[in-house]
Amino acid sequence: MSEDLRAPVAFTVMAVLLAIVGFTQSWSVSLSVINLCIISSIMAIGVNLQWGYGGLFNAGVMGFTALGGLTAVLVSHDPIYEAWDKAGIGIVISAIIFVLSITTLLFVFRNIENKQIRNTLIILIIVFGLIGINNFYGPSIDIIESINPAKTGFLGGLGLPIIFSWLIAAVVAGLVAWVIGKITLRLRSDYLAIATLGISEIVIAVVKHEDWLSRGVKNVSGLDRPVPYEIELQQSEWFLNLVERINFSKLEAMQSLSSRQDLLNDLVIDSSGIFVKLCYVGLFFSVLLLIFYLSQLALNSPWGRMLRAIRDNEEAASAMGKNIFAQHLQIFIIGSAIIGIAGAMLTTLDGQFTPGSYRPLRFTFIIWLMVIIGGSGNNLGSIFGGFFIWFIWIEAEPLSIGFMNMLAGGLEYDNPLRMHLLGSAAHLRLFIMGLLLLLALRFMPRGVIPEKIQKK
Amino acid sequence: MENFEFINATVLLANFVIVPALSYGSQLALATLSLTIIYGVLRFSNFAQADWMSFGTMATILFTWLFQSIGITAGVLPTALLALPFAIIVTALFCLLIDRSVYSFYRKQKSQPIVLMIVSVGVMFILQAVVRFIIGPNDRKFFDGEKYIVHALDFKNYFGLEEGLTIKSTQLITVIVALIAMISLFYFLQKTKLGKSMRAYSNNEDLALLSGINPEKIVIVTWVISSILITTAGVLYGLDKSFKPFTYFNLLLPMFAAAIVGGIGSPIGAVIGGYVIAFSEITLTYAYKKFFVYLLPENLEPSGLMQVLSTDYKFAISFIILVIVLIVRPTGIVRGKII
Repeated sequence: MSEDLRAPVAFTVMAVLLAIVGFTQSWSVSLSVINLCIISSIMAIGVNLQWGYGGLFNAGVMGFTALGGLTAVLVSHDPIYEAWDKAGIGIVISAIIFVLSITTLLFVFRNIENKQIRNTLIILIIVFGLIGINNFYGPSIDIIESINPAKTGFLGGLGLPIIFSWLIAAVVAGLVAWVIGKITLRLRSDYLAIATLGISEIVIAVVKHEDWLSRGVKNVSGLDRPVPYEIELQQSEWFLNLVERINFSKLEAMQSLSSRQDLLNDLVIDSSGIFVKLCYVGLFFSVLLLIFYLSQLALNSPWGRMLRAIRDNEEAASAMGKNIFAQHLQIFIIGSAIIGIAGAMLTTLDGQFTPGSYRPLRFTFIIWLMVIIGGSGNNLGSIFGGFFIWFIWIEAEPLSIGFMNMLAGGLEYDNPLRMHLLGSAAHLRLFIMGLLLLLALRFMPRGVIPEKIQKK
Repeated sequence: MENFEFINATVLLANFVIVPALSYGSQLALATLSLTIIYGVLRFSNFAQADWMSFGTMATILFTWLFQSIGITAGVLPTALLALPFAIIVTALFCLLIDRSVYSFYRKQKSQPIVLMIVSVGVMFILQAVVRFIIGPNDRKFFDGEKYIVHALDFKNYFGLEEGLTIKSTQLITVIVALIAMISLFYFLQKTKLGKSMRAYSNNEDLALLSGINPEKIVIVTWVISSILITTAGVLYGLDKSFKPFTYFNLLLPMFAAAIVGGIGSPIGAVIGGYVIAFSEITLTYAYKKFFVYLLPENLEPSGLMQVLSTDYKFAISFIILVIVLIVRPTGIVRGKII
């Protein structure tokens, strides 16, 4: 198939698959899948910028997603004034000590030549920094966590609409990426992967265990929504009218008034769920389009050409006077910021922040699959990869249960082998993912929608 | 009396820090060695290595169950030690099968290390599925035989101390088995012809090919050694604690950290790195309050837990060390391959 045709065909197939889910399961399920598909696509674009265009293997996708999620909480949750009054000062002081120790450490490390003096100073700073932080930090977090622990027990957020958090998440993720990039980007590619993998684990550890900041594994739920609630919709006049108008013929067919009223009630409840999901689809899709448009613009600019030049031949680009490290840092920050946005969107969609749910398999490696199978270096490919892989990830479970049932067809109902087969069906999806990745790497190494080779 | 306090403090430290760190360090060192061997010879970071560890351990557990069901046990020693050789054979065969069907293609194409690394992510998925499919995702204990060599209570009564020292038999077994494995590996690499050709291949592939070394043979030997080490490490870890696929997957991080801290590609570095990571994980998260209560006069006793980092950050520590090493000395403790 010609490469120009691949993208339309791939997206048509995807649309058909989603429509099949809509008709066979329900539109509500299909829309939930689409929402997560869009978020995955955004993450995939972020990774694609780093890998496809910059050649950087960032295995810390999970960390940036979690940072985005944390930002969503910190922006949208109401501030807990009591906690701030009683212990805010302690936290602020320990934060100041922390920043001061780090900056003096860096200063000492860079400016003092004598090794002996340098090492003593470093040890002194670390010891005094730790003592100072422990003095303020420990007591303050005890106070914060004791204030209404069942409901809050943390400092709360800014109380702004959650939609702002998407932008702020980009800034936060970008800042963290800047620090991480400074440390790791001078390393060879697979070191970078290992280092980022580790750093993302550190981020998760912090989010999980610093209860004063994020409530840790106690989760934050009930975040506010950028879209209306179902219950509000069900009570509003215009929505009732809308549902009535859309389903006019169905309702007309009803004989009695009461059965007509019952049907209308059911329809309103169903439609309100679908309406909310459609709102999310609209919001997310506009973000996806915007990010896609901007990335395309950037990548077709001289800047994008330079990045590809660096990716394809670092030495040559360096000889032409390009600063490899600075460019890598830039693209690393931009990609991570996009992942951060997606993380905030994900938490917005869930309406809750659950640090325990961040696992590297789900949030790092699956995203990688999307980029590689979709076609690294091509943003459309990443979008397709995001849709396709997420779809498979979700639908693999019912399919594998069906498959296992077929395998165990001849066996008795309570046969232990049958029970085992059905019980392990969920693990088949890992197998499918691995197999897809290996097959793609072997037979379609450039992905479903490959990068366009630009000829003069 | 003063002296007694000191002994108590030492025993306390030995019981909670030194003995556990030694056994965990030995397990980590073996696992890191296998990662390093793959890295040194086949030239890629194998993300699937932790899952090979689960696979090997799973095979051992299955053989252990088989032996137990037909009544074979190892007496005071855990049956798993009898099952280990069989499990190693199975693991090595499966490793070779995967190598033939997956990795060899990319080796022939001379793909970049990063591509092989991504391929290993695919293998990682498949292995996780296989392990969870066969034995399930749950926690399993497969230890049998004599549990303790020294029990805390006996120790206390015997020496008349306030603090007891426990040495589990698995801890002693771990250290002994690990020592044997390490010594034989170093003997193999330094003294035998095959080991020397392996090092030559790792050092300079083209030169090794010119001098008539058969690369296929080297690859096979590498996978076999890697499976021996990783299965042993997994079984020792599982005997000491328990077997759970997800926990084993999480060991990938300390393994990588140990490999880089020690100096990637260097076997001695792997061993040192393993112990460094294990000791720092445990020493930095141990609460030294009781230790200082013994040592210091009453008016100086500490009020806090005297803990550098909370145990929640156990996993993060290996990476904090990794980051520091990357900044200060990117080649690792023993200078490994150049970055």
